[in-house]
Amino acid sequence: MKTALRGALLAATVLAACGPAVAEDVTLTIESWRNDDLSIWQETIIPAFEAKHPGIKLVFAPVAPTQYNAALNAKLEGGTAGDLITCRPFDGSLDLYAKGYLAKLNDLPALENFSEVARSAWTTDDGSATFCVPMAAVIHGFIYNKDAFAEVGVEVPTTQAEFMDVLAKLKDEGSYVPMAMGTLDQWEAATMAYQNIGPMYWKGEEGRKALIAGTAKMTDPEWVKPLEVIAGWKPYLGDGFEAQAYADSQNLFTLGRAAIFPAGSWEISGFKRDADFELGAFPPPLPAAGDKCYISDHNDIAIGLNAASPNADAARTFLEWMGTKEFAELYSNSLPGFFSLSSHEITLDDPLANEFVSWRKSCDSTIRSAAQILSRGTPNLWSQMWGVAANVVNGTQSPADAAAEMQAGLAAWYEPQKN
Amino acid sequence: MGGKPQKKPFPWHIPVFLAPAVLIYTLVMILPLAETLRLSFFQRDPVSQASFYVGFANYARLFFDPFWVGPFFNALGNNLYFFVIHMLVQNPIGILIAALLSMTHLPGKKFYRTAIFLPTLLSFVVVGFVWKLMLSPLWGVSKDMMSSVGLGHLFMPFLGKEETALTTLSLISVWQFVGIPMMLIYAALLSIPDEVIEAAECDGVTGLSQFFKIKLPLILPTVGIISILTFVGNFNAFDLIYTTQGPLAGPNFSTDLLGTILYRTFYGQQTQPGDPNMGAAIATVMFFIILAGVAVYLFVIQRKLTRYEM
Repeated sequence: MKTALRGALLAATVLAACGPAVAEDVTLTIESWRNDDLSIWQETIIPAFEAKHPGIKLVFAPVAPTQYNAALNAKLEGGTAGDLITCRPFDGSLDLYAKGYLAKLNDLPALENFSEVARSAWTTDDGSATFCVPMAAVIHGFIYNKDAFAEVGVEVPTTQAEFMDVLAKLKDEGSYVPMAMGTLDQWEAATMAYQNIGPMYWKGEEGRKALIAGTAKMTDPEWVKPLEVIAGWKPYLGDGFEAQAYADSQNLFTLGRAAIFPAGSWEISGFKRDADFELGAFPPPLPAAGDKCYISDHNDIAIGLNAASPNADAARTFLEWMGTKEFAELYSNSLPGFFSLSSHEITLDDPLANEFVSWRKSCDSTIRSAAQILSRGTPNLWSQMWGVAANVVNGTQSPADAAAEMQAGLAAWYEPQKN
Repeated sequence: MGGKPQKKPFPWHIPVFLAPAVLIYTLVMILPLAETLRLSFFQRDPVSQASFYVGFANYARLFFDPFWVGPFFNALGNNLYFFVIHMLVQNPIGILIAALLSMTHLPGKKFYRTAIFLPTLLSFVVVGFVWKLMLSPLWGVSKDMMSSVGLGHLFMPFLGKEETALTTLSLISVWQFVGIPMMLIYAALLSIPDEVIEAAECDGVTGLSQFFKIKLPLILPTVGIISILTFVGNFNAFDLIYTTQGPLAGPNFSTDLLGTILYRTFYGQQTQPGDPNMGAAIATVMFFIILAGVAVYLFVIQRKLTRYEM
């Protein structure tokens, strides 16, 4: 089957390159790790682009995610990489740009359609050069079981106090585990808990940038408070959550045994497939009513231009198209849960995905606090965050100690935090 | 008559017969070891990736930088505990089962022998996954099983608690590998000649005292070999921890062994890039720890063991 598919692809490529096409036709190859998206590109995105731009053909050439970085590096070094390169966020792509493999795209008008936060993952530290056009982000929030909420008689919470109240009511009623989260894999505690609700307290970009600039510390109240909040979740997690892995949490929720799942938007398609109850979503609860709202809208994927591409003009045409509303809607609708990063107002067919993306209107977006710059040293802040967040939820480390541990780790190597 | 004294021809057959083993062993063991040692004296520039010589700097970091000393000695301590549990549980149980199996009138002997040895043949991934499922507080069977014998109140998320995780994993590993000491000791017990046993019986040494006074001294050399195999295996252990607890060896590094810290350092973890040079330093230290253990056994313990002609 796979061979047949490959054969067909190869034939398609060859035909596209030298077959019926007019001589001036340019074929652009897109390097990617998203082999899950192959059919979406072939059936939806590429036809839409080619219809608008006759004379440019696109080939989407993904490899397995685990092999992508190594394969791409080898191809770039050997000069055989495709014209368009799918960019990993932050240091992975920054490294490629520093080595001169990715072209600077500052003069691309399409970049105006993306906010500074959206571009941050593919911009140099000093902000002088942007080298990939942002494609999609994932948003954190909470997915809940609507039937369970109706049965127990609780409303969607908007503030932290209401949220704890809902958890308490669910626990008292007893037919559902209030929240499906475990700490065995550690990253749930860091990603789904700390980075999910944290931006509300450290005020999104403001807090994240202050940390990078060295004007704030992890031990400041705005960074400790969210740890205290997730420590308060402990009584509402399932029995033996300490030994519950990520897949266990997903199953617990989709089997209808838990009411709330601290989530990332990438769960949408899986949950819709597995759950046979009504799903709803709400953004992280506000610290207090009337506070400004911040969400984690984490940059995940972008496309850049191979600096050595002979078809740079055609490739720029495609990158330009990526900044349009048409691409944003096509992409976000084909992959519910992966939201286009452009500033266009888009409508999504999937109500759950639409709920997630609607938060962008009322809330300010930020990215995960440890993703940019701060995880370059030893000890690695992001790894540390996994460990301490899990300890805090387990109740084996106090939020203040956890924050102090992260601060000490950061101060050990990061110049602006040394003193 | 009067010829020159015949020169003995060079014994070519010796190098010829040694060559395959020497070649293969050099290629797959000695070269990688030397390369690891070499790697540990270098460090890479984070930007240009150029490698440069740093002497013992990696070792100095490992033993004096607080961000390395803590995790490293934590892993070493956990590893020692892991080994002690194996010595205290796996080997005595192995001897006990072997002694039971060597009784002449035990029904179903073959079945037990196979059943107990079987887990040893399973992949770590299978063992880790099956035990993780059995111990799962959500779907596992262990809670019900413990309740049915009145121990339900003792159930906890064993793999998720700092106090119990390492002991639980050690016992899982014991369960998997108890077949090896059992088989070796069983074979040693079978090789004890009947005359020795008969002579003991004539002298009135039977039952337990026969086991402790006659059989145990005769199988002690085998027990020694098993101990050293356990030691080497335990200090190289990695797979079981990785499959059940992930590369961060949670909760809070309470199950971190030398193998997992080596893996995290060498290959990296999430956004933490791998550091092959530091990893090589850890691997070298592991090698010397194991070498020291084996040397102690070979030069101290094994020489004190009395071997009896049978």
